Parts: sequence; C-alpha cells; structure tokens
Amino acid sequence: MLYQREALDSPQWWQGLDEMIEREREANPDSWQTALIPVLHYVQDCFGYVPAKAINHVAQALGVPASYVCGVASFYSYFSLEPRGAYTISVCQGTACFVRGSQSVLDEVCRQLDVKPGETTPDMLFTVSDSARCLGACGQAPVMMIDDDVHANVQPNEVQDILAGYIAEARREMQAREELIEIDARAQHE
Amino acid sequence: MADITLTINGFEVTVPKGSTIMEAADAASIHIPRLCYHPKLSIQGACRVCVVEVEGMNKLVASCCYPAEDGMNVRTNTPEVLRLRRDIVELLIDNHPEDCNTCERDGNCELQRLARDMGIRERLFAGERKRYEKDTSSPALIRDPEKCVLCGRCVRICGEVQEAACLSQVNRGFSTVVMPAHDAPFAETVCIGCGQCVKVCPTAAFVEKDSTREFLAALEDPEMIVVMQTAPAVRAAIGEEFGFEPGVAWEGKMFAAQRRLGVDVVFDTQFAADLTIMEEAAEFVERFTKGGPLPNITSCCPGWIKYAEHFHPDLLPHLSTAKSPMSMQGSIVKSYWAEKMDVDPSRIYSVAIMPCTAKKFEATREELGDDGMPAVDCVLTTREFGWVMKHMGIDFTTLPDEEPDSPLGESTGAAAIFGATGGVTEAALRTAYWMAFGEDLPEDAIEFKQVRGLQGLRLAEVPFGEATVRIAVAHGLGAANEILDRIERGEVELDFIEVMACPGGCIGGGGQPYDGEGKMPLDEETLRLRAQALYGLDSERKLRCSHHNPDIQRIYEEYLGKPLSHRAHELLHTYYYPRVPLGIRPQEAQV
Repeated sequence: MLYQREALDSPQWWQGLDEMIEREREANPDSWQTALIPVLHYVQDCFGYVPAKAINHVAQALGVPASYVCGVASFYSYFSLEPRGAYTISVCQGTACFVRGSQSVLDEVCRQLDVKPGETTPDMLFTVSDSARCLGACGQAPVMMIDDDVHANVQPNEVQDILAGYIAEARREMQAREELIEIDARAQHE
Repeated sequence: MADITLTINGFEVTVPKGSTIMEAADAASIHIPRLCYHPKLSIQGACRVCVVEVEGMNKLVASCCYPAEDGMNVRTNTPEVLRLRRDIVELLIDNHPEDCNTCERDGNCELQRLARDMGIRERLFAGERKRYEKDTSSPALIRDPEKCVLCGRCVRICGEVQEAACLSQVNRGFSTVVMPAHDAPFAETVCIGCGQCVKVCPTAAFVEKDSTREFLAALEDPEMIVVMQTAPAVRAAIGEEFGFEPGVAWEGKMFAAQRRLGVDVVFDTQFAADLTIMEEAAEFVERFTKGGPLPNITSCCPGWIKYAEHFHPDLLPHLSTAKSPMSMQGSIVKSYWAEKMDVDPSRIYSVAIMPCTAKKFEATREELGDDGMPAVDCVLTTREFGWVMKHMGIDFTTLPDEEPDSPLGESTGAAAIFGATGGVTEAALRTAYWMAFGEDLPEDAIEFKQVRGLQGLRLAEVPFGEATVRIAVAHGLGAANEILDRIERGEVELDFIEVMACPGGCIGGGGQPYDGEGKMPLDEETLRLRAQALYGLDSERKLRCSHHNPDIQRIYEEYLGKPLSHRAHELLHTYYYPRVPLGIRPQEAQV
C-alpha cells in the first residue's frame, strides 16, 4: 500500500488524530495503555510507521510521558519507528518453510531488491522483514507474504515476477493519484 | 488486619495478612537476595533473583510479589533454589562488561555483592553481549546502558517518586534498553539531574559526571586560587565514605581535610545559606504583606527549578528569585571577596562540594555567572569528595577539628538545617519574624517541629503576629506535584511552599554516599540520622538565626546595603524561563 506521508503536514490529519484520541480516552478512562494501542495502530496504518512527532503528540494528548509511549511503540514488532516501504515482504523462516528452501527465496528477494533483511529499498517501495517466524501456513511451504497477500509454494525463480506485479501496481496507483491531483487543480482553477 | 502464620525454612513466622513472602522472610530474619525489588517503588518482579520454593507448587515463585498465605510452607535455601538463583545472576553477569576493576561502582555494586553471595566464580557464556555507547551529554549524569541489568528501579523512581518520567524500557528481549524518549541525548530530555536514578541503580548504569580530574588539575595550577565551599548536607554524610555510621556531622574534620588537599581558601556554603535566608525572608515578608504573588516557593533546589521550568512554567513567577546558596556563595567570592583581597576573579577557581548531581547542571547556567564567567567552576558530589580524599591520602578518621576561613565561612544553626527537608522553611521563619516585627522569636519558639520529619508532604500553620502563615513542605517531586494539584483544584491556600527534589531533602541527594552493604538505597533510617546530625548542629550553635551571623551583618554594611537592594539583586537574584525538552510537547523542531 502506498502511504500518503504528505498528511503529516496537514492540519486535518492531526485534527482527525485528536478526535480519535478523545474517543479512545472516553472509552478507556482508567487505562491509558488500552487507549494507546488503537491510536498507535491508526498512526502506523496511515504512514507505515509511527513518526516521533506523532509519539510526542499522542503522549501529550493522553497525558502520558513520551518516554512511556516510546516504550510501548518499540515493544510490539507491528509498530515501526522508522519509515517502512509501501510493501512489507515477509519470507517465512519457520521450520517447515526453512526445510523446503525458504532461505533461498529470501536470498533471491534480497538480491533482486539489493537490500539486506530488515532494510528498505531507497525508493521506499519494499521493506524486507527480518523477523518472519512461522506464518501459520506450513502446508503451503515455503510461504512469502507481501502485506496481506499470501504467496504459497514460492520458488526463487518466481520472485522476480511477483515483485514486478507489485511495482506495476504501485505505478498505477501513483499515476491515478497524480491524475486526481491534476483534476483537483483544474477544478480549483476553474 | 488479621495475621497469618507460615513456615519458612522450618521456622514459624506470623505476619499481617497481605504481606509478601519476602516481607515475611525479612520478619523471620531470613534474607532472600533481591535485585529489582525496592521497598519504596512498585513491584516489578522482573529479575527473579528472589525466587523461593513453596510446598505444593510445581514452580519457584518470586517472593517479592507472591503473597504469603496462612499455613504456607516456604523454603528459601534448598540446593535447587540456590542453584537456580545462581544461574539467574550468572546470566545477568554474562551480559555485563567484565570491567569491575575499573568500574566506578567497584566495591559498592549490588550485582557484585550478589555474585559474591551466590558463589559465582566463573563466567560460563562468553558469547555476544549488549554493546552501547555511553551518553555523556548531560552536565550532571552519565548513562551507560552496557552496565544496565534491566531491574527498572531507575524507570520507577523517575516516574513514581520524581514524576519526571524521563526513562522507559524500550524495545524488547535482548535489545531492551532503558532510555529517554526517542533515545534523545540526556541533555535535551526532561531529566532534571536529581540523580535518584544513580542512587537506586544497583550497578553503574547511571553515575554522576566526573569532575574530580579538573579539580585535581586546578589544585596543581599555581596560577589558580582554589576556593572551596561545602553544602550543609555533605557534613552529615561524608563520614559514611570512611566507614562511620550516619548520625554525626563531621564539620571540623571536613574543613581540616580540605586544607590538607591543598585548597587555598576554605569557605562554607552555610555562610551563603544565611545570606539566602536574608534575601528570601525579606522577599517573603514583602510578598506576604504587600499581596503576592503567593504562595512564595523556594528556589534553592536545582532539580526542582528545572522541573518547574519543564512542567510548571505558569508557576515561575511564584518562585523566589533568590539564587541558591551555592550560586550566591560563588557570586560573592568572585565579587566581594575578590575586591577585598584585590585578586582578579578570573584567577579564582571556585569549587563546591554538594550532595547533589543537579548542582553540576546549575553551575553551567549562564544567567548565574557574570558575563561568561561562571560563579562556580566545579561541583563535586559528596562521593567524589570522599574519593578525592582517599586518592590524596587524607586519613579522614584521625584528622583534628578545624574551623573554616573568614569572612565567608561563619554560619548559624539556621544554615545547617538547610540540608534537611523543612530546614529552609524553619530558617526563613526565624528571620522573617524578625524582619516583620523587629524582634526575635522567643528562645522557646525558635524551633518549628511541625515542619520537620520525613513525611513526603507536610502542612503547617504558623502564627505570624496577628496573621497566620500557611506552609507546605514537600520533598520528592511527586509530593510537590500533589500539593500544586491541590492548590490548582482550590482545595488549599498557601503562603509558602518549600520544595526539595530529593526524598529527605539534600541529605538524601543524588550525590550522597551509596548505602552500604545490607542497606537498600534511600534507607529511611539513614536519612533520619543525617537529619538528626544537622538539627544537632543547629541546637549546639550559639547563633541560630541567619540575621545574627556577624559576617552577614558585615557584608550588608560593607557591600550589599540591605536585603533586596539594587546590588543584592544584581548579585544574589536570578530569573527562570520555561523549557521545552524533547518529548514534552509536539513541536515542529523536535522531529
């Protein structure tokens, strides 16, 4: 998924965040911890990571020290404190996938993208996860997940085509977005 | 509450219901080793060093958090328990640097003691261990995550007692590390430098910034005139560095030791404490009689000042503008005394021995210096002072008693009690009364027992002529927050608030000697004895009110005029400003 990181500069986005925090606060008056998790999920889903600026804002709004919010956000592997690529690739390293050759699939992914596990491509399109243990689909080993898509029985020679599909999807999405912006601009102009 | 009876190692013990197994064992004189546990903090149960065997349970339990039950049969020293405990400590040590010989906490480290008591004689796993850089950005403290055993005491004292909440455990598993928000350099965080993390840390993950080297270099420099001052609380604790029990004020030996170190002039911060009282009491009387701003809040404590600048910027006009005694002494030494002795102030190397780590930060505040020249050049903690004496071969235990030098060494009993919570209030009341009514308090009314003691927050009403002064004394910043919240909610109205950041006041400061073997850090009995030493000094002194100090009278005659005069304002008063450290509020600049 392509993240709209421009929203970080938009007052409407922060207003939306404030409204969400307020709802969570009201729903969980006795536990900032309970209120915090969905808020962090929301931020992570919007940007693919939790920016420091958002941590400070959430901390202030919930009345919790920023150090504690950092503690929670860094504990769960779901949250990232660094920007992640549009697509997160997890090649399962569980036992079943491993014995059926997932290491060579992971190696091929890294070779194609020229990154190491845990890194993000410079164009911010792909992040290769370094912490994919059993994904729970051992019958289809070796398994690779790209965001929510499950790719079963992956062979190294298929990797290039799979990645090409996502690159094409990202191009289409970017093009559509540029067209939308153009239409908007034209509408405003008229 | 009802009592319960259980058996520990075959001995019966009866304790109140709700006690933990560890508390029950303590009551039965059975010591269970502990690491993350601290009696003043919430229970974490993280380190598992305190595991014990309970009959009928198939796993060992952590005794610090497991409730004792009636009829329970506990064993704390079976071979299996001892072996497991040893393994736990061994694993901690395998992930710890092998540098005990060169470590600051060598000989005073809880991990070292545990390893010794467990009988650990070798390291079994020499594999990977955590590696981190030290953070030396703060003028007060150093954070060294490699030494950290993740007991979380620092996180808890910073959050629960001081309510600064600078620290948190970040990441997880092998990568877990205690750090401020965003791993920011300490100097840019909400850390106030109080040093309570240093006190509770079982290892050297937090220590004060070392200033002994620059001090020793200045002693060797023939161009420099080394002038020393020592805070009240230091004399109540320095003996502990040499194996004496707390409870005695080692004033005479302390001055004698300083001369033997080669210090040129031995003055006393207590002189400036008397001076502080003259200014602060005059300011209070003026605010009290002319209507505000009240409550008037004390400003001697650098941890509290930084805390107020971070968290209570709206209260800054309430703070007394009087500098702390340390900074007043520094200013006076480089102005009044320099002129009197006809020396260039830039040749003076002004050293302060303080029970405090935050004073190291205070000394770097530009507004307290004079045009770029700091009022105090070097701050040593009580611990550093103790080390310097040992390093230079001073046999503290057999030194004779000596007096400080004149004219900035003489002090009254009011100055001595500055070091204990409530002391500043009591000292200020003695002089404020005289300032307001032109006569001294009667001999039997000079002690204000209602503001003494170790309760976190104490409220008192003191008759003041026809009027009443409503007072709060808070130590520990959580207690300060409590009273400030109550004021905000309109529940209480006050005229005067004393705030000391550290539990116990300066006697419990972050720079005071580590609590020795068999004691927990922040030991309340130690604090009580140190306070007793200072109150003893007060009652022994002939002069017990700051305005009776002849040298104070002289400095006003010769130099300052009267309290709050123009010159007094220039030299003895300061200002405060709100600070926005990383992580407090969302700001563009922070990202």
